[in-house]
Amino acid sequence: MKYKVLYYVNQFFGQVGGEEKAGVKPEFVRKMVGPAMGFNGLLEDKAEVVGTLICGDNYFNENKQEALDYILGVIKEEAPDIVVAGPAFNAGRYGMACAGLANAVIDELGIPVVSGMYMENPGLEECRAKAYVVETGDSAGGMREALPKMAALTLKLLSGQELGKPEEDGYLAQGRRLTIFVEKRGSQRAVDMLLARFRGEEFKTELPMPVFDKVAPAPAIKDLSKATIALVTSGGMVPLGNPDRIQSASAQKWGRYDIDKNVALMGDYCTIHGGFDPVYANEIPDRVAPLDILRDYEKEGKIGGVYKYFYTTTGTGTSVANAVKFGQEIGKELKDAGVDGVILTST
Amino acid sequence: MVKEIERYGIPIVHMATITTISVSVGANRIVPTIAIPYPVGDPSLGEAAEHDLREKLVRRALEGLVTEVEEVTLF
Repeated sequence: MKYKVLYYVNQFFGQVGGEEKAGVKPEFVRKMVGPAMGFNGLLEDKAEVVGTLICGDNYFNENKQEALDYILGVIKEEAPDIVVAGPAFNAGRYGMACAGLANAVIDELGIPVVSGMYMENPGLEECRAKAYVVETGDSAGGMREALPKMAALTLKLLSGQELGKPEEDGYLAQGRRLTIFVEKRGSQRAVDMLLARFRGEEFKTELPMPVFDKVAPAPAIKDLSKATIALVTSGGMVPLGNPDRIQSASAQKWGRYDIDKNVALMGDYCTIHGGFDPVYANEIPDRVAPLDILRDYEKEGKIGGVYKYFYTTTGTGTSVANAVKFGQEIGKELKDAGVDGVILTST
Repeated sequence: MVKEIERYGIPIVHMATITTISVSVGANRIVPTIAIPYPVGDPSLGEAAEHDLREKLVRRALEGLVTEVEEVTLF
C-alpha cells in the first residue's frame, strides 16, 4: 500500500493565475497540479500524491479562518499520511499560508507537514518549530533543487525512521533539544572548545545563541498639532511614468518625491508593485498611502504638517538586507529633517 | 524598514494587512488594515464610506504615534 500525500499550492503554482487570482478561495482537486507532479515522480512508488489543494495567497492571509476551515475539512476527509506545502521560496504571503496551514494541520489533525522556504521567508519563523521545512533558493528557479530534498524528507518521515539532526536530513532546525549520549562530559567539551578557539581552530558551539534584534519603541509624539508626519510605503507607489525606474519586485532602490503641492496621491501616482493586483491602487493611490487624509488632518490643525517628501519602494521579494539598507537611508533623512513621526504602509 | 527607521528614535506606525509579518519583523506600533491590494481603502464601499474608513484608519495610526508603548501594540 502506498502512503497518501496531500499537496498544497497557491494560485500561481496551482495554475489558476497570477496576482489577479490571488483572491481565489481554496479548492481541492483530485489530481496533481504544478509542483505536485514533479514531487510525485520522486516518491519511488512508496507514496503518491492523491490530490492538490489550491488557494489564493491573499484569500488565505485575509480570510485565514475560512480558508483553514475548508482546508482542514478536506484533509480530514482525505486522511493523508502527510501534507506537503510549497515550496514557497521567498514569497512572503505564500510562505505565511504554508505556515498557517502547517501549524493548523499539525495541531488539529496531528498529521506531519513538509514545506520548503527561503531563509528570509517570514513563514519560516511561524512554523519551523513544528513543520519540517527544507531550505530553498529565493525564487522558483530553485524548484529543481527543492523538490528532491522535500521528497527525501517526506519518504523518511513516512517510513517511520527517526529523523537525524537537521543538517543530516536536510531540514531547518526546529529548535528542539534532544537527549543524547556522548563520550566526554560538558566541562571537558567546553574546555576543548575554548582551547580550539585559542588556537584559532574551528569549533562548533552546542548551543547557538538566538539573535534577537529588537528595536525599542521610540517615545510617543507629545503634541501632534505641532508634529511633522512623514508618509512612507512599500506599496510601490511612484509618480506616473516611474521616473526613477524603481523595480516592481526585489527592489534595489527607493524613491523620494516632493508632495508639497499634492492634496492627494490621486492623479499623479500609480503603483509598479508586482506583488498584488494594481487595479484598486491605481484607481485611488491613497488607498495604499493615505496622503488625502493626512492633508485633511493638516488643514484641521490636528497634525502640524505632512513632511514634504514621500518615500516609496516595492516590498515584494525585496531582500531583508536591502530593506534594512533602505530603512537606514530613509530614516537618516527623516531624522536630519526633524520629522516627528512616520506612517509606513505595506501591501 | 520600519525597524531601521525606529532605530533613529522616530516613532513609526506600520499599517499592514498581514499583521503577523509585521509583528515577526519587529514593528512596535501596528494598525491592521483592510486588504493587501488596498490597505487603507475598500473599493466595495461608496466614496464617502471609503473616505470615512480611511480617515478612521489614519486616526488610529496617529493615536499609535501619540501613545507610549513598551512592546508590540496593535491599534
